[in-house]
Amino acid sequence: MKGQYDPNHPSGLAKRRWAMTIDLAKCTGCSACVTACYAENNIPTVGADWQGPILHPDRTGPGANIVRSREMAWIRLERYYEIDREYKDVVWNAEHPGAETRFVPMMCQHCGNAPCEPVCPVYATYHSPDGLNVQVYNRCVGTRYCSNNCPYKVRYYNWFGYGEIDRSQYAFPEPLNWQLNPDVTVRGKGIMEKCSFCVQRIREAETIAKVEGREVQGDEFTVACAQACPSRAIVFGDAANEKWSVTKLIDDRRAYHVFEELNVFTAVVYLKKINHPASAGATA
Amino acid sequence: MATIANELRRPNIATANVQLPSVRDYEQVTDEIVGTLRFSKGWFAALLVAIACMLLGAATWLYQIREGVGVAGYNPPVMWGIYIITFVFWVGIGHAGTLISAILYLFRAGFRTTIYRCAEAMTVFAVMTAGLFPIIHIGRAWKFFWLIPYPNWRLLWPNFKSPLVWDVFAISTYLTISTTFLFVGLIPDIAVLRDREKNPIRKSIYAFLSFGWRNTEREWRHFARAYLFLAAVSTPLVLSVHSVVSFDFAMSITPGWHTTIFPPYFVAGAIFSGIGMVFTILIPIRKWFRLQHYVTLNHLDAAAKLALTTSLVVGCAYLVEFFIAWYGGVPAEQDYFWNRVFGQWWWAAWIMITCNMILPLSLFSQKLRRNPAWLWILSIFINIGMWFERFVIVVPSLSHEFEPWMWGGYRPTWVDYFMLLGSFGWFFMWFLLFIRQFPVIAISETKEIVPPRVRHAHVHTPVDAEDFEPQTGRAH
Repeated sequence: MKGQYDPNHPSGLAKRRWAMTIDLAKCTGCSACVTACYAENNIPTVGADWQGPILHPDRTGPGANIVRSREMAWIRLERYYEIDREYKDVVWNAEHPGAETRFVPMMCQHCGNAPCEPVCPVYATYHSPDGLNVQVYNRCVGTRYCSNNCPYKVRYYNWFGYGEIDRSQYAFPEPLNWQLNPDVTVRGKGIMEKCSFCVQRIREAETIAKVEGREVQGDEFTVACAQACPSRAIVFGDAANEKWSVTKLIDDRRAYHVFEELNVFTAVVYLKKINHPASAGATA
Repeated sequence: MATIANELRRPNIATANVQLPSVRDYEQVTDEIVGTLRFSKGWFAALLVAIACMLLGAATWLYQIREGVGVAGYNPPVMWGIYIITFVFWVGIGHAGTLISAILYLFRAGFRTTIYRCAEAMTVFAVMTAGLFPIIHIGRAWKFFWLIPYPNWRLLWPNFKSPLVWDVFAISTYLTISTTFLFVGLIPDIAVLRDREKNPIRKSIYAFLSFGWRNTEREWRHFARAYLFLAAVSTPLVLSVHSVVSFDFAMSITPGWHTTIFPPYFVAGAIFSGIGMVFTILIPIRKWFRLQHYVTLNHLDAAAKLALTTSLVVGCAYLVEFFIAWYGGVPAEQDYFWNRVFGQWWWAAWIMITCNMILPLSLFSQKLRRNPAWLWILSIFINIGMWFERFVIVVPSLSHEFEPWMWGGYRPTWVDYFMLLGSFGWFFMWFLLFIRQFPVIAISETKEIVPPRVRHAHVHTPVDAEDFEPQTGRAH
């Protein structure tokens, strides 16, 4: 856990490093985490037919925003097909024998050396002392430079006023407005948003602990995606405190960071899925 | 002796023979150049077209502000598109002006004398156009001032690590200095206009703008010094501003952007595109106003050599980028470069290579360098090619980064195109208004290379070296 996290920093602020492990051997790709994230974080849905036609009225119908890959899912399931080298030319033919489907949940990796942070001209994205990569919606002016510099492409932009009730792109018409989370703001037009590691839950737990005059306990709370995961593939916690179970999982032999070569020191650790060679031979 | 006299006759000529044989005396210079300010229907029609295009762009912008930037054709992960491309394009065009007026002044390149005013005005208006685009681009245009460091009760400052903040400084500095430089150079010419103006209102405006210029030796001495110092101040800006613009890309980790060659490569490209735009503007002006004996073929020839040089530098940079991508061994970068030239974006890359590398090679031929029609056609290709160079840098890099799941495309909408059109309308509106109020050729500097009448100077007459002191500021 390198990067900007330093437990011995003289400021004394960096007591924590919020982190996450995703066990790909357990993950079934069910997308419950995606749904939970939508519900928890007031993410606008952008694919409805009343939201699309502003672009290319001739060819849109439902989901012009989806066609333009403007979906807002803070956590997404990426699907890849692993194919033998000899089938290189038919890489898009997923039904080809020998193709194995791989999927990986991808969200903001909360990098220790986040490439998005130094490029923001207005400090709308910055590093919190507990290792979070924080997005300040009110401060964002929407240059979108952070997204350009993000290797994981996990920053999502409010192209339209999805949260404004009088707009055609309004994402929460009755009765959807009743499921909005009061702890989370609905983002405005023209600003960037992304996975916050459910910062509202973190702060709530910290506040409760403070009110009760104690430290935050290990595994005391978790984030929405981890809570919803039926196979418990996602584990969230404080990597700087060994009372949290995430600290043990990070030391697993299968652990790896995505794009580790970029030296961004991510807080999300993936545990590799191990395939048995026999099953691969059976399909070949 | 005759040869020496000839040499003396063009004391500040470095690269081309820029004598103006058809220009006899000061009166002719004043008459002919001030004559370009006359009203004409063609000018008015051009102005109306420019204003119409500008209004179209302005209306589109209002629509975009109301609806959101989503009406422009952004396809994530391509988060920057035509607005940033057009921004870099116009900043680039804004570079030839100061190069010609400041750097070539310091280098005593005589061919700049009759083309620099046009290039300098172009610079100012191009930077004014460019400065709009980051604001058009951002999601909350009404908050753009948050990028400017100003004291506020929240004690919030911009992030000085961000290249976008550097851009704010670079562009505003450049606009200030180039406007000042343009204006200072205009002062003696405005005095000429003042003396000839009949309309009392216009006369008083010119009188104010000329700061009461009386053509005394003392004024000329101060003027020449001030001009020299401003040239010296502007010179580093020519190199720094586009370097800073290139940092927007070079400071990121995006494959295709993250490269140290960008600052020199961008500066060369900027000068190349700027000279292209100078040709695009100057060749019609020279024809319509019948100024062929001021902007002679020698001038065009010399400027074309500059275009050729910068084209070769830019072409070299293109090739070096490929070499570094191969030599660097970063798979994402290699993949990107392959995709750029032979994959998804081959058409854009080949437009760029054809317009910027291949077609300018024709300038090795002196015949074509001295052919205004070809230079004009070529300049259009250069403009297109340099726009596509920025397209190739911005869009393909973003569409093909590290994360394969987020490889994408880009499809601009009418909003992008109208805004691009509007930028041309805005630029040409200012330029057309300028050429109607101020001389497009520097009257006073042109007079410096015209033999003074009082001396009855003739090609074969030996003359005193003192008479041809260049405009370097030595007191006459």
